[in-house]
Amino acid sequence: MKAILALLAFLLLAPAAFAVEPSERLSDPALEARARTLSEELRCVVCQNETIDESGAPLAHDLRVLLRERIAAGDTDAQAVKYITDRYGDFVLLKPPVVPATYLLWFGPIIVLLLAGGGASIYLRKRKAAAPVAPLSDAEARRIERLIEEEN
Amino acid sequence: MRRLLFLLPVALFVAVAVYFLLALNPNRDPQLLPSALIDKPAPAFQLAGLDGGQGIALAALKGQVVVVNFFASWCEPCRDEHPLLMGLEKQIGVPVYGIAYKDKQPDTERFLKQLGDPYHAIGVDESGRTAIDFGVYGVPETYVIDKEGRIRKRFVGPLSERQVTRELLPLVQQLQHS
Repeated sequence: MKAILALLAFLLLAPAAFAVEPSERLSDPALEARARTLSEELRCVVCQNETIDESGAPLAHDLRVLLRERIAAGDTDAQAVKYITDRYGDFVLLKPPVVPATYLLWFGPIIVLLLAGGGASIYLRKRKAAAPVAPLSDAEARRIERLIEEEN
Repeated sequence: MRRLLFLLPVALFVAVAVYFLLALNPNRDPQLLPSALIDKPAPAFQLAGLDGGQGIALAALKGQVVVVNFFASWCEPCRDEHPLLMGLEKQIGVPVYGIAYKDKQPDTERFLKQLGDPYHAIGVDESGRTAIDFGVYGVPETYVIDKEGRIRKRFVGPLSERQVTRELLPLVQQLQHS
């Protein structure tokens, strides 16, 4: 049982742990850390819900190596990422940029909130402004008293 | 005006329903990515040929419309596409170039010997860097490059007869006459 669990854990953890292969790493830890951060923000276009940092796809490997080459060659983070988006488009950015095509994505929730909030406040204000409830007439008051007595 | 307000939820529902209808269309592949390079200059490349033979250089292709097909011997869909490629040059009337993507040369040679060589010339891209410059994310992929060396169209996955007659052929003809 223990062995099976260990094997399961190994299988589940293995791809994540080994995606960035030792041979890919840069010798300078600072540069490697930057490359690591960037590759966690880039989508693998082969297996589209993984980052290139965690993907085992050969193309993800190539892109990790490429990214490290750019960084080692002195690219800033933005330049290195642009090198990849120039080729694969903004789709590879796991955090989509704010550009006209993504305005709906970024501002949609705020617009919906404003619309719903506006609608609700108009509705509530109208309800409050509606004529106040008329006080009970004498006959109604007596009827209520009678009802309460019957209850008791 | 007030009455129209009651139609708003209906309009919203219709909009969402239409969106779902389009998004759930079984013929639409949600994994398909648009190319970032459409209408942009094709990335320069200079690739050696098989066995030290004549390769391909982008600069030498300027002035003519060309089709570039990324393929590999290890790629199963490339085999499916292959019979169509065999007659493609004749069918569309422009040269079709092949780029062997991350393939070992003997394997590429065996592949072409077995199935036939449909290409005008072949470039060897063993590192896959030229493919990355093109934004290739899986073989086969097919690009149309116009006379000025701009990428005009990308087909992802094996070309179908329908894509050739409906999209590739009209585009190539239009580009040739412009």
